[in-house]
Amino acid sequence: MLTQTESESNHNGDYALSVENLSKNFGQRTAFKNISFKVAYGEIFGFLGPNGAGKTTTVRTLGTLLKPTSGQAFVGGIKLNESNSQKIRSVISIMPENPGLYGRLSIQENLECFGELYRLADPKEKIAQSLKAVNLFDRRNDLCRSLSKGLKQRVGLARSLLNNPKILFLDEPSSGLDPVATKEVQELILNLKSKGITVFLTTHRLEEAEKLCDKVAIINTELKLIGKTDEIRSQLFNSTVELKTVHPIENTVELLDNNPDINSWTNSESTYLLQVGTPSTMIPKIVNLLVENNVEILAIGELRHSLEDIYLKTVENG
Amino acid sequence: MDRAFQFNSRRIKAIMIKELRDFRRNRFVIVTMMLLPIIFILAPLISIFSIKAGVLSPQIQTRIGISLFYMLLIPAIVPTVISAYSVVGEKEQGTLEPILITPISREEFLIGKALAAVVPAVAVAYFVFGIFLLATSLFASAQIHSVIFNGPRLLIQFVYTPLIAGWSIWACLAISSRTNDVRVAQQLSTLASLPPLLIVVLFATDVISPTIKYAIYFAILLLLINLAGWKLVSRLFNEERLITGSTRNG
Ligand SMILES: Nc1ncnc2c1ncn2[C@@H]1O[C@H](COP(=O)(O)OP(=O)(O)OP(=O)(O)O)[C@@H](O)[C@H]1O
Ligand SMILES: [Mg+2]
Repeated sequence: MLTQTESESNHNGDYALSVENLSKNFGQRTAFKNISFKVAYGEIFGFLGPNGAGKTTTVRTLGTLLKPTSGQAFVGGIKLNESNSQKIRSVISIMPENPGLYGRLSIQENLECFGELYRLADPKEKIAQSLKAVNLFDRRNDLCRSLSKGLKQRVGLARSLLNNPKILFLDEPSSGLDPVATKEVQELILNLKSKGITVFLTTHRLEEAEKLCDKVAIINTELKLIGKTDEIRSQLFNSTVELKTVHPIENTVELLDNNPDINSWTNSESTYLLQVGTPSTMIPKIVNLLVENNVEILAIGELRHSLEDIYLKTVENG
Repeated sequence: MDRAFQFNSRRIKAIMIKELRDFRRNRFVIVTMMLLPIIFILAPLISIFSIKAGVLSPQIQTRIGISLFYMLLIPAIVPTVISAYSVVGEKEQGTLEPILITPISREEFLIGKALAAVVPAVAVAYFVFGIFLLATSLFASAQIHSVIFNGPRLLIQFVYTPLIAGWSIWACLAISSRTNDVRVAQQLSTLASLPPLLIVVLFATDVISPTIKYAIYFAILLLLINLAGWKLVSRLFNEERLITGSTRNG
């Protein structure tokens, strides 16, 4: 599989995250093993994997909450080790899967506590700013235990913005949210990117990763795959071209079977799925051939594979 | 494990304030804080005022000693009742992870939590004792008055109150960091809060004579026990375990 393993020296200021052969065991159980990847500043990095794949443990390890068993990492250019954890903590934020709010405190009071823990110079202003960023300013006096899941998630997000993090870890920020709340959170995440924040996003939602992420990694204890979303598609699959004709093609042996540009094909009635190398050059050639042979084309185009296909294929292949 | 010890009063205060705000809206804590003092003032007052005027026998001295001891149950019990929620509650709400990802040190966190429980407990204990002193100086006989308004006894009462509360809070924090059940934490820590009271019982029953010298010796002993408790709790406070034990599905 495709993993990034070029070794580098101790300086990794160019990357927001640079992880080399990182592993974490809990006693006998391996949470994740030999993980290596790099995330550039300003990217949204999607970290995908099934339940128990080690996503949360990776976030906690990179966030200095857990000690790695082996391997090394740089977070915000700072080497991950115990004596640097304070330094790392000052440039990152984590929004855990469970937002972890004090239920008997209001939204404002929750943020005030964290504003003081971060020793903000102007906590009042910063809190108001964070609350406005997640559209919660008007509800700042509500007790957190009375909030819906989506609102809690947004409070968690506001809290994680208090210290102006360079790198923000979001652990399944949209899990359990309805479509509207999900969309809001996703818009907030894109908004963070536009402010230059690097986002490390774990998610179960493949279409979310596809929509938001510049780069994705799929892990299942070990790193299975990493790359730019588009690149992964063409690496793992032949591109598929979908062809619709008015009538079923009669001369399939000559036009499809013996066509060197088409690797394989399937059809249901007059809809054909053709596996080809590079669609951009193949489609015009195929169209010409078909037209010459009096096949009436209704539509032809490239089928994009969803990340889901890749995900299932990767996870199922172990 | 060993991180540079650091201490920032702003962070300690932040933890304290959020704890107090939490207590304020916790009906159980409010009721406890109101009921316990009433219970613990009534018994000593009844006991003192039912002493018949006249001779001052050693038994009466003991009875007064026990009444004073009784009021020292306040600093022992109140902190455990209100702070058993402390760590367990944080674990249940999943708030430890966001707290520990801030630059707070575990010492600051624990001291903030401890102060949030000790300060109200000591305030309540002093308040109750103040009422007791006022009532005796207004209404009690001269003999009883002279037994109560006695240097070593007053010293024990005032100085031991925060020391006992301190012990109690370390016991409670140690226990609640190791269990996920508030009730268990509460019961165990109430039990664990009692041993230092043994010293007070020995004074009350004149097994140790309540002189300034002994009062100071044992105050120093309690202080050392407090320091040991504090060390123990810091050692038991294992971030990794507290965080990964905190959530069900990670
Ligand atoms: N404290 C722990 N002790 C032992 N094993 C643990 C501990 N924490 C996590 N694990 C195990 O490590 C593995 C990875 O867990 P992790 O929570 O990181 O997965 P995840 O990808 O976040 O899963 P999910 O999608 O369910 O959130 C799992 O097998 C889990 O059971
Ligand atoms: Mg998880």
